[in-house]
Amino acid sequence: MTAMTYAEAARLALQEEMARDPKVWALGEDLGYEGGMAGQYDGLQAEFGSDRIVDTPISESTIMGAAVGAALAGTRPVAEMRFSDFAMCAVSELVNQAAKARYMFGGQARVPLVARMPIGIRGGIAAQHSQSPEAWYVHTPGLVVVTPSTAADNRGLLKSAIRCDDPVVYMEHKGLWGVVGEVDEDDEEPVPLGVAAKVCSGDDITIVSWAAQIGVAALAADALVEDGISAEVIDLRTLYPWDRDAVMNSAARTGRLLVVHEAVRIGGFGGEIASDVAETLGIPVARLGGERIPIPFSVPLEDAYKIKVDRIVARVRELVA
Amino acid sequence: MSSNLANEPARVAEMFRKMVLIRSFEEAAGEAFHAGHVRGSVHQYIGQESIAVGVCANLREDDYLTSNHRGHGHSIAKGADPRAMMLELFGRVGGTSDGKGGSMHIADFSVGMLGANGVIADGCTMSVGAAQAIRLLGDDKIVVNFIGDGGINRGPFMEALNWAKVYELPVLFICENNQIAATTTTHLVTAGEGIAARAESFGMPATTIDGNDLFEVDRTVARVVAEIRTGGGPQLIQAMTYRLRGHFAHDEAGYRDLAEVEAALGREPIARTEAWLLENGMTADEITTLKAEADSEIIGYVEEAMNAPWPDGKLAFSDVQDVGAPSYPGADQ
Ligand SMILES: Cc1ncc(C[n+]2csc(CCOP(=O)(O)OP(=O)(O)O)c2C)c(N)n1
Repeated sequence: MTAMTYAEAARLALQEEMARDPKVWALGEDLGYEGGMAGQYDGLQAEFGSDRIVDTPISESTIMGAAVGAALAGTRPVAEMRFSDFAMCAVSELVNQAAKARYMFGGQARVPLVARMPIGIRGGIAAQHSQSPEAWYVHTPGLVVVTPSTAADNRGLLKSAIRCDDPVVYMEHKGLWGVVGEVDEDDEEPVPLGVAAKVCSGDDITIVSWAAQIGVAALAADALVEDGISAEVIDLRTLYPWDRDAVMNSAARTGRLLVVHEAVRIGGFGGEIASDVAETLGIPVARLGGERIPIPFSVPLEDAYKIKVDRIVARVRELVA
Repeated sequence: MSSNLANEPARVAEMFRKMVLIRSFEEAAGEAFHAGHVRGSVHQYIGQESIAVGVCANLREDDYLTSNHRGHGHSIAKGADPRAMMLELFGRVGGTSDGKGGSMHIADFSVGMLGANGVIADGCTMSVGAAQAIRLLGDDKIVVNFIGDGGINRGPFMEALNWAKVYELPVLFICENNQIAATTTTHLVTAGEGIAARAESFGMPATTIDGNDLFEVDRTVARVVAEIRTGGGPQLIQAMTYRLRGHFAHDEAGYRDLAEVEAALGREPIARTEAWLLENGMTADEITTLKAEADSEIIGYVEEAMNAPWPDGKLAFSDVQDVGAPSYPGADQ
């Protein structure tokens, strides 16, 4: 096992996949010298050349559109958008083109691209650099949506995303870039898409979450032990397709479900999970998510948006009482 | 440097004072960032002060300005209150947005400053819309849009130029060509003969100037603004300049050739304007005093911001929307 950051693990994954398959390449702003905003591309241009780690103009629609074209023409591009907020400059290319080409063209086309668009609050970068729009893409037929929460998963899931023949929206969380985790460098097996991970086991309630919110949910589970409440925390890892079996099995056993996400609660993906579980199992369900406000800049305002440990603990107590 | 404006020394001294104020503001913002008092991204305007100041000296208070991520200098030059801006950077009550926006989202609508922007080139299309509004309302205001040389490769820039020209709108695009976009040397990712040629291909007059020459900026903008205000249609000015610091305060810009930075320091606008003032009647003592006053004004704002109250969390829930406004704390949960 090697200790490495979430960003380093992603770098390792891309390096391994580029070495394995000459059709894999990446394009985006400031990938060469800067090595990506968290160093997740460090040294890769020197290793693989500027035809495979391509520094682009500030042209988001063309970064995404070019990735679609390059995927249709037989390569596996990784389109780096830097922030999911900037990927909004390329929504048509992703949603109208990448997601639908295979279907519209009667199966002639495949679009094996990775649209890499980091999400989430990093602290103080405000309304246009902190959003978590994963539900937009979960809502779009044709797309796979991935949200890794650990270094090992960022390596293994990025590898799966690159090997996937469908377009994958790959959402790393900016708050996790520097978080260190154990990675087995010798094990080059990808982490399969659509399979959740159990973060901790419990009997009284199932807490489903993803990305940076997983860490908060795990702390809440620890805190709940003092109340004699045992919470099972499930990291969805892939949001579409989501691991329905894992969630249903756990929730059927614990008898209660709470879904927690950093993204805005209203219209958020937690609503889909909670209603499916309620319809299927008829058990109590609840959701926690961000209020429907833009992410503010100042510390106390940003804090008012976040779902912290005490909110989760309080909600679980209500559900279990 | 030469100038042909009347009443020069007093006018130049006033512009110089604004440039120095911007420089002091940016140095203080950088220091506050490094000291951990200011969070997020602080994109300093150091080395480009003559552009914002020379442009805004030729605007009316009711003219509009749309800006980008590097917007502190644009804001101060247009008349935004540097005290409120400093409070905003610190995220405190009394900031231009009461702490909701931070460095990349400074705005002051009372002086026509329609906002800095976290998204490259989105200000270009918004400036076109502001010009449509001016026409609809029958005003004689104009709109100035500041864009970087990296930003001109986004589609919205090209769409905005085309549109502004098709409808002959009163927009002045100012491209501050500091030759670099974050860590990327822009000419390596920009095809064609450059920014001016791009504007000309839309039939839009374009003028390239030394943006670090306050007099050239002032003179050119005075002429162009008069043409635009009297119905001459949109124009673009490419102001050549140099970003003396990193992309943002936490970028040491190690990718830069030191000789290039040295050479650029010799052309930086404050020293050049200062040299002219010394030759034209201002004494070294007066300049020292002017700079010290700017510094102490800004230091006063920093001290005030350090001790200013934080906004209440409830404030995060105001000004979202009228219809369906959110309530605090999560009352709709
Ligand atoms: C649509 C979009 N893409 C990327 C970015 C990230 N970004 C912020 S500033 C910048 C470089 C801008 O360079 P330029 O336009 O030349 O302005 P300068 O920073 O030199 O003033 C980049 C790529 C962004 N803010 N918005």
